[in-house]
Amino acid sequence: MKPRPAAGRRLANLVVSSLATGSALLGMLILAWIVWVVVSRGLGAFNLAFFTQLPTPPGMEGGGLANAIVGTLVMTLLATLVAVPLGLMAGVYLAEFAQGSRLADNTRFSANVLIGMPSIIIGIFAYALVVVPLGRFSGYAGIVALAIIMLPIAARTTEDMLRLVPNTLREAALALGAPRWRITLSIVFRAAKAGLITGILLAVARVSGETAPLLFTALNSPYMMTSLGQPTPNLTVTIFNYAMSPYPDWQQKAWGASLLITGGVLALTLFTRHTLRERKT
Amino acid sequence: MKSLSATLTIPIMAADRGQAAAVETLTASQGDLKITTRQLHFFYGEQQALFDNNLEIARNRVTAIIGPSGCGKSTHIRVYNRIYELYGDQRASGEVLLDGNNILSPGYDLMELRRKVGMIFQKPTPFPMSIFDNVAYGLKMHYRLSRGELADRVEEALSRAAIWDEVKDHLRQPGTAISGGQQQRLCIARALAVAPEILLMDEPTSAIDPIATARIEELINTLKATYTIVIVTHNMQQAARVSDYTAFFYQGHIVEFGPTQRIFTAPTNKQTEDYITGRFG
Amino acid sequence: MPTDSLTISDRPVQQASARGDRTFRRLTVASALLIPLLMGGIFLALLHQSLPALKRFGFGFLTSQQWNPVTENFGALSSIYGTLVSTLIAMVLAVPLSLALALFLVELAPPRLSRVVGTIIELLAAIPSIIYGMWGMFIFAPFMANYIQPALGKTLGWLPLFQGPPMGIGMLTAGIILAFMILPFICAITRDIFSLVPNVVKEAAFGMGATTWEVTYKVTIPYGLVGIIGAVFLGLGRALGETMAVTFVIGNSHRISTSLFGAGNTIASTLANEFSEATKAMYVSSLIELGLILFIISYAVQMFSQMLLKRMYRSWSVGL
Repeated sequence: MKPRPAAGRRLANLVVSSLATGSALLGMLILAWIVWVVVSRGLGAFNLAFFTQLPTPPGMEGGGLANAIVGTLVMTLLATLVAVPLGLMAGVYLAEFAQGSRLADNTRFSANVLIGMPSIIIGIFAYALVVVPLGRFSGYAGIVALAIIMLPIAARTTEDMLRLVPNTLREAALALGAPRWRITLSIVFRAAKAGLITGILLAVARVSGETAPLLFTALNSPYMMTSLGQPTPNLTVTIFNYAMSPYPDWQQKAWGASLLITGGVLALTLFTRHTLRERKT
Repeated sequence: MKSLSATLTIPIMAADRGQAAAVETLTASQGDLKITTRQLHFFYGEQQALFDNNLEIARNRVTAIIGPSGCGKSTHIRVYNRIYELYGDQRASGEVLLDGNNILSPGYDLMELRRKVGMIFQKPTPFPMSIFDNVAYGLKMHYRLSRGELADRVEEALSRAAIWDEVKDHLRQPGTAISGGQQQRLCIARALAVAPEILLMDEPTSAIDPIATARIEELINTLKATYTIVIVTHNMQQAARVSDYTAFFYQGHIVEFGPTQRIFTAPTNKQTEDYITGRFG
Repeated sequence: MPTDSLTISDRPVQQASARGDRTFRRLTVASALLIPLLMGGIFLALLHQSLPALKRFGFGFLTSQQWNPVTENFGALSSIYGTLVSTLIAMVLAVPLSLALALFLVELAPPRLSRVVGTIIELLAAIPSIIYGMWGMFIFAPFMANYIQPALGKTLGWLPLFQGPPMGIGMLTAGIILAFMILPFICAITRDIFSLVPNVVKEAAFGMGATTWEVTYKVTIPYGLVGIIGAVFLGLGRALGETMAVTFVIGNSHRISTSLFGAGNTIASTLANEFSEATKAMYVSSLIELGLILFIISYAVQMFSQMLLKRMYRSWSVGL
């Protein structure tokens, strides 16, 4: 038998390994590049006014994005408050009560598909659901859109985390005479606490950076929000509007807002991954 | 050693003498019988796991259940607190009389059953909370107690489980912060706290070290004065050390039952003899 | 011996436990039901709102390049074309790189390096789409215009794909940025698949003297092939619907250009750019019909990838 030349095999291995290492380097390069750009251009926009003042009329320098910051925080918070309890309960159903029922399979499938659905479609749905009947753009529509995005994520994360809790723990509580709801709330949730919190925080991070679902629901506004029934200012749509504008001052503010969002999202992601990793070891 | 004709199932009802020499029946008076099982069949979905089990558990004695892996030992005792009902496709038919009342009847108070029948699992299952809260869990659920009474009951349970001295200064530490053997005694304390009448132990020492095992066996000896104990074990030496009566299971059938002394020195059924002498299992 | 003082004679707490359990279970079922209801609701809402356009344009909507808000003549062809081409570019670039990266993380890198690089990849995945858009429009597009596109024009300019002025903004740039966005996504899933392949199987191959690459392509990839394809489709689904990053750099033209350097549009970018300005009913309805098309494509891709991933996990748990 003729042996295959070892040199050829080693070369192939070398090429592929170099490609692999190269792509790792590429990934790191891109991240570094993006972060560098966002930080260097965004920092220049940071001053007290940025955080405390309202936007000035187009073309005029100065002012800030206090309204957008507040708007994003409020809408994200409210969407979380709506989506998380529902998602938790849905996840409990999938993990604790489902046992292969048709509804469970359907729900799981729909949740997976929804998670992969373009967020702009969700925005259109919220438009049809809330904006059209009310006759105007509003913060409520934005919150609905964000909540719809968060709900399936919360449900699937909850299911995955609850499934990790060993059954013997449930049996031990059941053996003491505990009813199912008590077992779920006081034992299973507690056992899965770290994973659940991580999942929720990651969903919040994801949603706080979304622009498309807000584009035609909450729209945007140059004023501080007074009621959620009106167009509501927010950072992401502001970035979109300002970046596309011809005013350098606005463009710089767009970078500032980008830095704010990126910083928040990256910090949250690092924090949750770090804590979850610690838990594992 | 007398060899019997090949009847695998030996009913031990007092009324059904059959092979009189093979069966040691318990004292006829009902008062000495804590649990009487009659014609118990058990199914996992379509598959039958227990066939016509008939068994008598004596009050304030330790009954050991032995047999090779997968022969139905755990399945059998899990009927005594109906914990199998956590899983939708498992079901039991027949009668299990606890103090004369059939626990399998739909009207039986399930929570009260599980308070009366405590369960210890193979792997220690401390709840994700402090040692104190672990023991208090069942107490708070079933009884209304003042804080002082609660603390007293917790101390008493921990003392009965022979672990009070080791944890009395660490009651706020998580239940998982102690060793495996200690965790198992914590689980015993947790079960004892609600004043059960019966303790089911499913291979309670197979996951812990020999020294801790010895302590738990001592504990069992002490506990039987107050409680009726049923212990599943694949360790025959343990069964011989610890129990008053022994039942030998094989493939879902009860092959032989009688005082431990007799089972281990003069078994009447050949299969029993083979298992005990290590010829299979 | 302690007396039986644990026979407590205190009043037992009345538990409405059975009722409580029923209510609890009903609550969870209701919450779970919401999700498939939402799915159906989205489809129905899209369908309902696009009915006017569907009736007006019929099947021709899919083949017409027209997009004229003034004459109210709309066609989806350029949007569909742009969606598919930008996604194709992204996949061609991202899939081999993701596999290579996953290989790096699982087989080549020492554990600590693997963790660090892994975290970097996760951070890349977390960066919001609009940030990619900003970076794309202000930094990467000029970079493309000044360096990459001229180079491509010189070397591959004989292909109509790479002709035309190097504007930076255009289909190629959009495709490349999409590739950066879905790379961490596909890589994460592929990495999990690679590391789930049982060590014993890999060791058997290594033990026979195979190189790392040979083990990967003869053992690991075939073992996890179904899952890898599923992951690729998930990435595909993501790329199809990506909005903000693409909107910033694709140029928003409704004419199909033969060159990748030219501007174009995707369904998502058109929606993002034009929806809030569309006032006339037929305009809005046409836009929503675009959304419906995207929904259907995305749903089909998702469904396919779900099937594949489920099949892989099921066969593995049987085999393991």
